[in-house]
Amino acid sequence: MLRLICLLCALAAPANAEEIVLGLSRDEVAITANFDGSDILIFGAVKRDAPAPTGEDLGVIITVAGPDIPVTVRRKERRLGIWVNTDSVDVAVAPSFYAVATNMPLADILSQKNDNGARISINTAIRTFGQPDGYETDFEDALIRIRQGQRLYQTLSDAVLVEDETLFRTNISMPANLTEGDYTAEIYLTRGGEIVDVYVTTIPVKKVGLERWLYNLAHENAMIYGLMSLAIAIAAGWGASAIFTMFRR
Amino acid sequence: MQIYLPIAEVSVNAFLLLGLGGIVGILSGMFGVGGGFLMTPLLFFIGIPPAVAVATEANQIVASSFSGVLAHFKRKTVDLRMGTVLLIGGLVGSGLGIVLFNYLRAAGQVDLLVKLCYVIFLGLIGGLMFIESLRAIRKSGKGAPPTRRKHTWVHNLPFKMKFRVSGLYISVIPPLIVGVLVGVLAAIMGVGGGFIMVPAMIYLLGMPTKVVVGTSLFQIIFVTAFTTMLHATTNYTVDIVLAVLLLVGGVIGAQIGTRIGVKMKAEQLRILLAMMVLLVCGKLAFDLLVQPAELYSIGTEGGH
Repeated sequence: MLRLICLLCALAAPANAEEIVLGLSRDEVAITANFDGSDILIFGAVKRDAPAPTGEDLGVIITVAGPDIPVTVRRKERRLGIWVNTDSVDVAVAPSFYAVATNMPLADILSQKNDNGARISINTAIRTFGQPDGYETDFEDALIRIRQGQRLYQTLSDAVLVEDETLFRTNISMPANLTEGDYTAEIYLTRGGEIVDVYVTTIPVKKVGLERWLYNLAHENAMIYGLMSLAIAIAAGWGASAIFTMFRR
Repeated sequence: MQIYLPIAEVSVNAFLLLGLGGIVGILSGMFGVGGGFLMTPLLFFIGIPPAVAVATEANQIVASSFSGVLAHFKRKTVDLRMGTVLLIGGLVGSGLGIVLFNYLRAAGQVDLLVKLCYVIFLGLIGGLMFIESLRAIRKSGKGAPPTRRKHTWVHNLPFKMKFRVSGLYISVIPPLIVGVLVGVLAAIMGVGGGFIMVPAMIYLLGMPTKVVVGTSLFQIIFVTAFTTMLHATTNYTVDIVLAVLLLVGGVIGAQIGTRIGVKMKAEQLRILLAMMVLLVCGKLAFDLLVQPAELYSIGTEGGH
């Protein structure tokens, strides 16, 4: 075991000439009753043992990904005059939220090979298992297009500010329709299209207070929750009737 | 003021929901319809997931119908006996409807079938009512005496029962069938079913219009309560926060609506309801016929 750690250290030390030190403006996102989206400031610094290498630009890529949830994408076609869902593709891996922020256009700081390997851009983060004949491409594009419209998928070029090749920061704004779960923030440093360091951290997104209580009750004591909903409905109906009768007297 | 809905998992404006609830509540009180056929599509439109919209709407209809039926009880315009017969049919129909709904969902075409159901039923009933009310208004304008109800096949069936409040002596088979049909549609379309039951009671059973509204509200309360419990325990899709916001607006609206309804003539009520039904039908049909801006849609795989 000790030998393994030593080996890892020996391997890691020369590779990481530049290392990430990270900070987050918040370490969790709490969904409260008046939750209306959330901004997360992700900032950090590049730690170096030697002066910054010259020649190739420093690339900083920050991704924030929500939990993966499989989805079905359906396409409509005109049949007998009306628009009907016909074909569908199951997308096995699709993050419920995905933002990629970079300090320069992604293609300039990350090679296609590394993008495919680390699955950084939105297109590579989504995965369909099926016949690889390009049939699914349209459906994947549609998924990205629709979720971009809902601000669930964001490609933010030039959104990471880098100062003196050392300090970096970006602001990721998350919409209100978030799925609960552990969100993964990944920060990549690149030089000449190659990844030189990675830093991974999680940001839990969870409901708190009344929202949490109601959600748990609905799922764990569904019968009680249902009866409570009915009781509230009947009380409200009766209450309104009683109040209006009072007014008429 | 934005508010986050814990079950629907979306953030919406609270005042928008109160307003929607109020408007639909007024209609509910005026016509004795639950308002679900308007509210459910409206909720889709503001971005509530369909499964949550349908289930929550059922809960909200309980509130507005309860509020409405109390006002009708005071005026003794509820035929309890007829209501009970319709209710028995309704519960059976609702159970059948859920089975059918799950079968259609497995076939992957549930959205289309729900919409087609809306277009066909709204179009049929709206059109019938519109023509009928126009005819009635023209007749009353001439000052002709109201014609006595004719005897039809409905009156020749066995198992006759006396419905004193409605002034009817008819077989229980037609009301039972109406109840079952309404129950099936309620489960599939996520509505109370009043917009189908009210015309069926007037034209098929020959009930007096004044009794129809209260009686249909009475039946709707129990069928939607049953549906709410089914959704809450199987799909976990009843959003109580959404329901409370809708029903606060809804119960107030229902009280106002009931009072407006009393002041209006039956023919006017009917023609207004017919126009409303036709409007919703037209909008849904339009959406099916015109090429949508986005041909693709996202569904949760195997989700609720």
